[in-house]
Amino acid sequence: MDAMTQSRQNFDDMNRNAEKAKQEALRILIEEETDAVLAEFDNPAELLRAAEATRSAGYDRYEVYSPFPIHGMDDAMGLRQSPLGFLVFGVGFCGFLFAIWMQWWMGAVDYPLVFSGKPFFSLPPSVPIMFELMVLSSAFTAIIGMFYLNKMPRFFHPIFYSDRFAKVTDDGFFLAIFAWDKKFNVRETKAFLESIGGKNIELVHRPIEEQELEEATQTAASKTMEVAK
Amino acid sequence: MSVQDFQLTKESRFGTIALVLGIAGLVASIGGFFMDREQFFHAYLVAYCFWLGITLGGLFFTMLHHIVSADWSTVLRRITESIMMAMPVMAILFIPIAVGIHDLYHWSHADAVATDKLLQHKAGWLNTTGFLIRAFIYFAIWTTLAFLLYKASMDMDGGYKDEHRARMKAISAPGIFVFALSITFAAWDWVMSLDPHWYSTIFGVYFFAGSWWATLAFITQFALYLRSQNVLDKAITVEHYHDLGKLMFGFTVFWTYIGFSQFMLIWYGNIDEETLFYKHRWEHGWEYVSIFLIVGHFAIPFFTLMFRAVKRNPAILRVLTLWMLFMQVVDYFWLVMPSMGAHGAADAAHAHHGIGLSWMHLTTLAGIGGIFLWTFWTRLVSKPMVPIGDPRLEISLKFHQ
Repeated sequence: MDAMTQSRQNFDDMNRNAEKAKQEALRILIEEETDAVLAEFDNPAELLRAAEATRSAGYDRYEVYSPFPIHGMDDAMGLRQSPLGFLVFGVGFCGFLFAIWMQWWMGAVDYPLVFSGKPFFSLPPSVPIMFELMVLSSAFTAIIGMFYLNKMPRFFHPIFYSDRFAKVTDDGFFLAIFAWDKKFNVRETKAFLESIGGKNIELVHRPIEEQELEEATQTAASKTMEVAK
Repeated sequence: MSVQDFQLTKESRFGTIALVLGIAGLVASIGGFFMDREQFFHAYLVAYCFWLGITLGGLFFTMLHHIVSADWSTVLRRITESIMMAMPVMAILFIPIAVGIHDLYHWSHADAVATDKLLQHKAGWLNTTGFLIRAFIYFAIWTTLAFLLYKASMDMDGGYKDEHRARMKAISAPGIFVFALSITFAAWDWVMSLDPHWYSTIFGVYFFAGSWWATLAFITQFALYLRSQNVLDKAITVEHYHDLGKLMFGFTVFWTYIGFSQFMLIWYGNIDEETLFYKHRWEHGWEYVSIFLIVGHFAIPFFTLMFRAVKRNPAILRVLTLWMLFMQVVDYFWLVMPSMGAHGAADAAHAHHGIGLSWMHLTTLAGIGGIFLWTFWTRLVSKPMVPIGDPRLEISLKFHQ
């Protein structure tokens, strides 16, 4: 082996090592930046089973996505009944009480007027107002409460970083476990989703800039050097 | 599941008990007829309205099911069809009302009309001949609709063709229109005209609202009875009860809305002929019945059916629907009974207008009810208890909220 070949060999090794270091840095960076592990399933039944398995594995910050509602999913995910009904009832009742007070105060206190010999305040003509105000306040509570409980309006969600996820409006059935789950650990969660039959498993993360990657690689390299010293 | 799963295989004495109860009730009521004719006819009218309302509700349910192409209620269809097929029997049971026309309806007395300008004015509609002809027309319409729909359903059982469903829709769409008109006129004739000076344009809707509400309660109650006998318990599930519960909840509000609309306009208008109706129902003890109606017919079902857990709980629903059926009897009692004693005797001013509660209410309810239930039951068990030919049966069986 002549000197020429030798130096080329060294050069290639160096390159390869640098590339390897870069890959390693990228992997670490992605694991750090992962917001969710996304897995795809073939059909609604599998998604239903996956939701049950995820729940019994102890995860509670996860979500399933499908192009249409799946019967039994609420039970499979162990979702509690929405508190919206109680909210609507409470506010609706307040609207009802407010209407009684308003009818009495306006008709009998603030501006008493005689209309065809009727009393200033009486229940029969007030009932429609009581009913309407109850309905109005209930409807507003239902709409606003629904938005609030769904954390809407929301213009972005990390799940949109995944390109594959666009399939969900067509024929994709997805399950995502989020990084803010207490039990979340990138590698374990990924292995778990593989074990329950998830396909095309993806670590959903924000796009990583080239410069960021360079910095991370260098930081890693200097750390290695320090360790070597 | 196979056809056998939907056929009643074990012995049931439901039909026999109903028939015995019906005959015993009618015989006892005939005894009442000889003791106090006026009391008998009024009690009979209350009971008749109640059971006819359910029969009509069965017809309405079936037509509605076809028109909206409902899936979920397919398992209930044979029950509602069997209810509506009691119509010919209800037509026969109408005869006592035609016989008791002079004891029930003030306007049928020629001498009363002779001295009453308002009744003379209304005589074009409120006359005995017209009353009987119209009654015949109503029953002809309802019976025809029931038979045509039942025939189509039987044809479908024999093997599904798209033509069957098209035929059901073609009957139901104009049918529901004719139904709305006929039930309105029937309510005017049979109940509103008890107080011939009084009128309310919303009365037909009020009559329908209560009847339909009671029908939903009856279907739920009956399905739960079948469930307790382990019949159709796999077919009619909690999901179906949940939907029936939603309908009952909605129509509790509907009935109240209609009842209140009638009251408020009359209260505001404050015209003598109109307000008299409520005056009769707010004195001599009737005020308690009126309040009881608001609490029992509105507040109790409204605040219980509001909860999802109640709509999905068969045990609570059984009690609640029984209560609702009772309250519907009270509703008709409240409509009919204050008119008792208001005519016949020349001095209408001295009429007592008191609460005419009598044992005859029980015997007439049991009498008509027994015959109705026997007819309904015999029809129901003679065929598979769900429409086996309907391709939507599968969807209905798997139905989920």
